[in-house]
Amino acid sequence: MTAVDQSRIRNFCIIAHIDHGKSTLADRIIEMTGLLTSREMQAQILDNMDLERERGITIKSQAVRTVYKAKNGEEYIFNLIDTPGHVDFNYEVSRSLAACDGAILVVDAAQGIEAQTLANVYLALDHDLDVFPVINKIDLPSADPDRVAEEIEDVIGLEAHDAPRISAKSGLNVEDVLEAIVEKIPAPEGDPEAPLQALIFDSVYDSYRGVIVFCRIKEGTVKRGTPIKMMATGASYDVVEVGYFGAGQFIPCEELSAGMVGYITASIKNVRDTRVGDTITDRSNPCKEPLPGYKKVTPMVYCGLYPADGAKYPELRDALEKLQLNDASLFFEPETSVALGFGFRCGFLGLLHLEIIQERLEREYNLDLVTTAPSVVYRIHKTNGEVIDLTNPTNMPDPSEIEYMEEPVVTAEVMVTTEFVGAIMQLCQERRGVYLGMEYIEATRALLKYELPLNEIIYDFFDALKSRSRGYASFDYELKGYEQSELVKLDILINREEVDALSFIVFEGSAYERGRKMCEKLKDEIPRHLFEIPIQAAVGGKIIARETVKAVRKDVLAKCYGGDISRKKKLLEKQKEGKKRMRQVGNVEIPQKAFMSVLKLDEE
Amino acid sequence: MELYVHIPFCVKKCAYCDFLSFPQGEEIQRRYVEKLMEEIRTVSAGFHDTPVSSVFVGGGTPSVLKARWMKELFDCLRASFHIEETAEISMEANPGTVDREKLRIYREAGINRLSFGLQSADNRELKALGRIHTWEEFLESFRLAREAGFSNLNVDLMSALPGQTVESWMDTLKKTADLDPEHISAYSLIIEEGTPFFEAYGNGRGDGILPDEDAEREMYHRTREFLKDRGYERYEISNYARPGMECRHNLGYWTGVSYLGLGLGASSYVNGCRFCNERDLGIYLGEKPGKRLDQEILTKKDMEEEFFYVGLRLVQGVSLKEFEERFGERAQDVYPGLMERLEKEGAAVLSDGRFRLTDYGMDVSNYVMAEFLQ
Repeated sequence: MTAVDQSRIRNFCIIAHIDHGKSTLADRIIEMTGLLTSREMQAQILDNMDLERERGITIKSQAVRTVYKAKNGEEYIFNLIDTPGHVDFNYEVSRSLAACDGAILVVDAAQGIEAQTLANVYLALDHDLDVFPVINKIDLPSADPDRVAEEIEDVIGLEAHDAPRISAKSGLNVEDVLEAIVEKIPAPEGDPEAPLQALIFDSVYDSYRGVIVFCRIKEGTVKRGTPIKMMATGASYDVVEVGYFGAGQFIPCEELSAGMVGYITASIKNVRDTRVGDTITDRSNPCKEPLPGYKKVTPMVYCGLYPADGAKYPELRDALEKLQLNDASLFFEPETSVALGFGFRCGFLGLLHLEIIQERLEREYNLDLVTTAPSVVYRIHKTNGEVIDLTNPTNMPDPSEIEYMEEPVVTAEVMVTTEFVGAIMQLCQERRGVYLGMEYIEATRALLKYELPLNEIIYDFFDALKSRSRGYASFDYELKGYEQSELVKLDILINREEVDALSFIVFEGSAYERGRKMCEKLKDEIPRHLFEIPIQAAVGGKIIARETVKAVRKDVLAKCYGGDISRKKKLLEKQKEGKKRMRQVGNVEIPQKAFMSVLKLDEE
Repeated sequence: MELYVHIPFCVKKCAYCDFLSFPQGEEIQRRYVEKLMEEIRTVSAGFHDTPVSSVFVGGGTPSVLKARWMKELFDCLRASFHIEETAEISMEANPGTVDREKLRIYREAGINRLSFGLQSADNRELKALGRIHTWEEFLESFRLAREAGFSNLNVDLMSALPGQTVESWMDTLKKTADLDPEHISAYSLIIEEGTPFFEAYGNGRGDGILPDEDAEREMYHRTREFLKDRGYERYEISNYARPGMECRHNLGYWTGVSYLGLGLGASSYVNGCRFCNERDLGIYLGEKPGKRLDQEILTKKDMEEEFFYVGLRLVQGVSLKEFEERFGERAQDVYPGLMERLEKEGAAVLSDGRFRLTDYGMDVSNYVMAEFLQ
């Protein structure tokens, strides 16, 4: 490939609320730019993980390069950079946006603006992207594109009267979008002769080539042999190959120069060397400063992951290591639990990230897992002046050593139709929310703003939100910081023995309620034994709730004759097998399920 | 060795019954008897000199067969096997299916023990179970059996029936004990899958109708106390007898004696090997007899496990000395710490070289027995 005229390049992304049609529009753009035949199209090309397809969300950002012949007769290179659509991956979204020069905002013609729409638009505007709106799904019976256009103008302040009105699904008017990309998205800038400055926005691990780094060249040029250095991590390599993204494949090229989007390989063994947001420069001619905006991603949510079968511990470690090759934000370290044996304390960007990793471990690596209650990172200020970040409730110091504790707090925005405002406000109050304000988006919809402790939303906030608004509420949040809070460690005692895997940190005012619910739930989950089993919740050694699992009074096969002996043995073996899958705490067998059921205390 | 002979026919299937049994016309019954005799002649080949200490004819309702066919069967058995003079020869019979003449022929055939399936002395409970007889008809059958000279009679009873109370159960027990049978089996009802009872009461559908766990246990405990007062000792989880009148055939099952099963679906345990006969009547009637299904050769470990989980059904428990003689290892070494633990839990007692369940251990015997499976 010869050097490309910058004015013929368009680097952009698509932003949208979940289900508003981002991936479908991406498919159509790829299809209509003619690089692929319809036969080659998978249903959704950008999302190539099974899990993503099932959940309808995009987990890892990826990019694709296509060529469009515009109505003016010129050929344009489109670099479409896909962004994850979930708040857990906000930082990754921001780095993907930083790799673009403009964004297409997709809004559903029936649903209008949602919480994520706003959050993403603001994020795009923060990155100085030129955003133009597209109204999608106009073929739906409930579509009201005029109202939605008005909403976009009123709420976001974007010109929307000439916004393409399309159906990405059927392809209707999608060529208008292609023309708008050429007209409204600015061409990239940057000097190909300047010192190299390239932004890493993603990377994947390939077992043959090592890490493949996805980057946007801001300044300078990179090619085979360029001695590169990652400015934040300090890692140095020599480039083996550069190229761009065909649909679903990597296509090598001579060089990547300012304004271009592509990939670099350099026999990089570890994805941790290629942090998203880091700047790549040329060791022999380094740039003065890295690109702004890099931060080291730190996990927000931690939990213990244990193999259901203790013998699978090495397999779990291997699987986590493999996943980490592609996911620098996944953290894990070995830990042991009295109740669960050997496992790992794992850190995630959020609860969705946790669920995705858990599902991938179970599905792709065939592992049966026991997960302990997720916990946020608490900050403990000790009386001796020491400050510690607590990721595992069992490591909480003695209360006498604690001066005070802090917990992470987020600012949350909930978009909801006015009839449910009361219900959602009540939910936020219950979750210790601090009301910040409310705006009416239109006569029937409001945007509620709250400050909420993160630990109140990592369990089941989404579910509660959905059920209390009959699915009409949408939600987005960002981390605000740490605030002082009255927190205690709640312990669960089963048959008077503390079960470490069930301990968690809770707001003091909620401890009694949570403890009571835990005990009730565990009572249902723990099978009856030959003896009575007290289940107690305790705070600082004081029992605050109690339930009892009654002793078994009868477990007998009344009738057994000669022909029954084999059958009976099978029955007993099954009974025994069931016990094997349980965890022994003291002399009580606890089913694996019990450890997880306590995560869903608010289910009715 | 013991013989079990299965007669898979009944007048009408009861609502709780999951045994291999069904109503059939006389023609099929006759073909069955002939096939059964063919089987007896075929499979006895390897056992001509093995003494047979007991025969049990079960079902189904064996007494639905014509009595002279039963006589034919026994003639065939005696011609093929070496049945000891003193052998216990039992047959199951349903009240209302026997008369004076039938009972006379049974005696002639050498049957010396009858087992009546009474289940309940309450006619409403009998009806709910789908039984074909009344309490009064049972009384008549029982009286006729005594008249015919049967001096060893068993009565089967069932507790934990739908709608049954502790009082109605005690009434059934009392009425039965008043008749002075030599043996009483008192089972608690098991709701088996695939029966009409399962449809009606399975998976929690019987809550509030079936006696709850506490009432059920009370029935069991009061049964033991009541029958003890009346001179019946519990010798197995659900079996009671006058001293010396325990069912020898059943004792054999629980002490590892070999048995050969004859007839449709019958199970055998011979030479350390368990197997089963064809269960489909059409196939059974059409094929050469002697085919073994589900054959399972027990390993030493299997036998050690069985020694406990079968033997512990008996009140006398198991002899640890016998274990050591049979397997060349001490039970304490095969199951380190287990017996001590069960003793500590109050489920079992170790004394005089025997390990046996306590009353409480009997109540939770599945739990205890499962511990011996490795």
